Amino acid sequence: MTSSVLGRRREGGARRPAPGRPGSRGRPRNKAFLFLAPCLALLVLYIVYPIVFSFGRSFFDASGDEFVGVDNYVEAFGDDRTLISLRNNLIWVLVAPTLVTAFGLLFAVLTERIRWAVAFRVVLFMPMAISLFASGVIFRLVYDEDPELGVANAATVAVHDMFSSSSEYPGARPRESDGITAADGGFATAPAHGPGDLVELPLVGVRQQSMPEEAQQAVNPGTHPGELRGTVWLDASGAAGEVGVLDRGERGMPHITVEAVRDGQVVATTTTANDGTFLFADLSPGTYSIRLPAENFAEPFRGLSWLGPGLVTPVIISAWIWIMTGFAMTFVAAGLAAIPRDALEAARMDGATEWQVFRRVTVPLLGPVLLVVFVTLVINVLKIFDLVYVIAPGSSQAEANVLALQIWQVSFGAGGDQGVGSALAVLLVLLVIPAIVFNIRRFRREH
Amino acid sequence: MRKSMGGVALAAVAMLGLAACGSSEGQSSGGSGADLSGQTLEVSAVWSGDEQAAFEEVLAVFEEQTGAEVKYTSAGDDLPTVLQTKVDGQTPPNVAFLPQPGLIAQFAGQGSLKPLSDEVRALVDENFVDLWQDIGSHDGTAYGVYFKAANKSTFWYNTELFDEAGVTPPETMADLRDTAQVLADNGITPLSVGGADGWVLTDWFENIYLRTAGAEMYDRLSRHEIPWTDPSVAEALTVMRELFTEEFLSGGVSGTLQTEFPGSVENVFGDDPRAAMVYEGDFVAGVITSSTSTELGVGADFFPFPEIDGSGPGAIVGGDVAVAFTDDPATEELMRFLASPEAAEAWAAQGGFVSANKAVSLDVYPDELSRNMASQLLEAGENVRFDLSDLAPTTFGATKGVGMWKDFQDFVADTEDIQGAMNRLEADAVKAF
Repeated sequence: MTSSVLGRRREGGARRPAPGRPGSRGRPRNKAFLFLAPCLALLVLYIVYPIVFSFGRSFFDASGDEFVGVDNYVEAFGDDRTLISLRNNLIWVLVAPTLVTAFGLLFAVLTERIRWAVAFRVVLFMPMAISLFASGVIFRLVYDEDPELGVANAATVAVHDMFSSSSEYPGARPRESDGITAADGGFATAPAHGPGDLVELPLVGVRQQSMPEEAQQAVNPGTHPGELRGTVWLDASGAAGEVGVLDRGERGMPHITVEAVRDGQVVATTTTANDGTFLFADLSPGTYSIRLPAENFAEPFRGLSWLGPGLVTPVIISAWIWIMTGFAMTFVAAGLAAIPRDALEAARMDGATEWQVFRRVTVPLLGPVLLVVFVTLVINVLKIFDLVYVIAPGSSQAEANVLALQIWQVSFGAGGDQGVGSALAVLLVLLVIPAIVFNIRRFRREH
Repeated sequence: MRKSMGGVALAAVAMLGLAACGSSEGQSSGGSGADLSGQTLEVSAVWSGDEQAAFEEVLAVFEEQTGAEVKYTSAGDDLPTVLQTKVDGQTPPNVAFLPQPGLIAQFAGQGSLKPLSDEVRALVDENFVDLWQDIGSHDGTAYGVYFKAANKSTFWYNTELFDEAGVTPPETMADLRDTAQVLADNGITPLSVGGADGWVLTDWFENIYLRTAGAEMYDRLSRHEIPWTDPSVAEALTVMRELFTEEFLSGGVSGTLQTEFPGSVENVFGDDPRAAMVYEGDFVAGVITSSTSTELGVGADFFPFPEIDGSGPGAIVGGDVAVAFTDDPATEELMRFLASPEAAEAWAAQGGFVSANKAVSLDVYPDELSRNMASQLLEAGENVRFDLSDLAPTTFGATKGVGMWKDFQDFVADTEDIQGAMNRLEADAVKAF
């Protein structure tokens, strides 16, 4: 925004000389004005003028030539993107400042009691020294979907795999033409096999190099009265090998769980040998469906789509919390240092537990500080821009959109319409004003 | 005391004034041709990283010839925004390379661009075919020199993985589907798509649409003379859907939408490849060279985007067009240089670059692969079309998070809903055209 304000200066009579020309030796009032003049000039130039200009601009069309009344406001509110931005801003305001203030309070109180408190606080404050943009780039990587890149998903996958290990043949499946159908995530044949039969189960979808080392040339076990026999093998050896036929060079798939199912009940379970063969020795006569249950083929857990449309806003908020907690902590710690120690001591003398002291004495005494920190954070959150812009990938930027980003996109994005953009900017100012007024009144009362 | 205060105020005002005067230096001293020493030119484009390094080599040639100093600024994907802001502030760069021809219309419409000088226009006439001249013009006035071209109809594949599965480069879309199936049967994920970058998806669609609907329909759709709800669009989306499946895509659908273009290339040509093919333009070669240890022409090769139902070959092209925002002699000299084969050859020799300049000798390309791409582009027949999304207004065709980019991402997320995708595209198109 700043650069456009600079660029626009030529249009208005903005570059005015500082008032207060040297004249007769004036009264104290004039003198005060003289001292204030440079600051006042800058204030008018950089803050008052742009606000007034944006307000006026919001009533003109894209070219800035034609007066369109409130059309820009109507258009802004008719745009889904504005509504999504407003919704996201609301989520931000409700969640982010509260959490940051709470964390700031927590860390301030805790660090007061430990040795090396200063070192600890410096570490917590450090993220404030990094630009939001750089932090955004860092968190974009942290939340990368690929567990080999993103720390968040690497941790998620590690935790998940502690409880359920991944299968030996992820992604393995039968060819569509082989008469084996998907069942409960696994695969099953038609219920047409009984003792004395031979069942061939060719599978594909596994790379030769990811086969277990002990896998050997697949073997046809032949038939044997009273036994249901079969082979599970990898039916894809490059371009050679005929589809659905056990060729030379094709290896059996060891360690696969095979179930014989009758009327929906598993009656027998076995596993394949290194050459892919399996057999059910004591099945009672009848027909069975041969099933390869899902556990053989479960895809490895890949973690969560942190930056997908669903989670992107909470994820960006978490990055902001990481950055701003140090800020809140510093202010709260300063407030904490100003609390009269005797109040705390008196409470402890009266037998209050540490929690009661915290809850009933510390927090109420810190109230004004917490409120100022909170309101400052609210203002800060309403203008959030860089983090959203950097962290959200293109495919979910629309879902993560916030008002400040929307202003920028509408005003300066392709086919930029600075009229609508200005209308949105005015809306943002209106949203921030209550917080500012609150802060100023508080400030006045204290001084 | 009073005096010194006044001095401070004056100094402050003076400083403000200085700051307001901004950066564009006065390029007053005349001089045609060679000697421009002491002059500074500002140039802006989207190129960063290796492309930036290569382009700075090109500028070094110009600096050596003329003595002028050229400052290059990379604006990345936000070039349109950055340029518009600078133009509004009356501090545009002397020359900018626009990635979308729609921007020529935008800036020329505002009166910010300077038409090509007669000398440069003669050079363009001589060295470029009509397609490039037409796209570099607005309302019959020539503004642009297509310095860098892109052949956006190349499928890149990992030769080792193709050998492992025993498949060869497919020639038709049906072959491509079979190839993908065989790869998948062998446990190799066939495709990697950088779906986090919306333009990758629009390029996919354009190649398919050019082949299923034909060049004439393509032109009409690019001008929005037919709606996006036309049955021909549904047909192309159906073809696209058959490849964009959970089984064929590296990382599945959700992983695809989180993968950026460079990542999709690394997925295919990295040390531990996860997919066998990646479709995009000739610039994939640059990423392979810079981000992987795979050697072009050995571990990596390309085949043209397959024909669909006897459509014959076709090509989608794109490019970066140089336009001038000032008309001083130094700028004109730079534009003349950019239209010359010399400038193009300086980059072509470094690889990762294709020129549409007929005068560029094919011998300068560093390897067989880039030579093939360049000749394919120069010899391309009638079935060559400019990137449709680049021809559209930028709000529709080339803005992150909105318009076509976003609509195609939503389509990939839910390929079942073709009608919904077409409705969203049409609604956005209506807003933008």
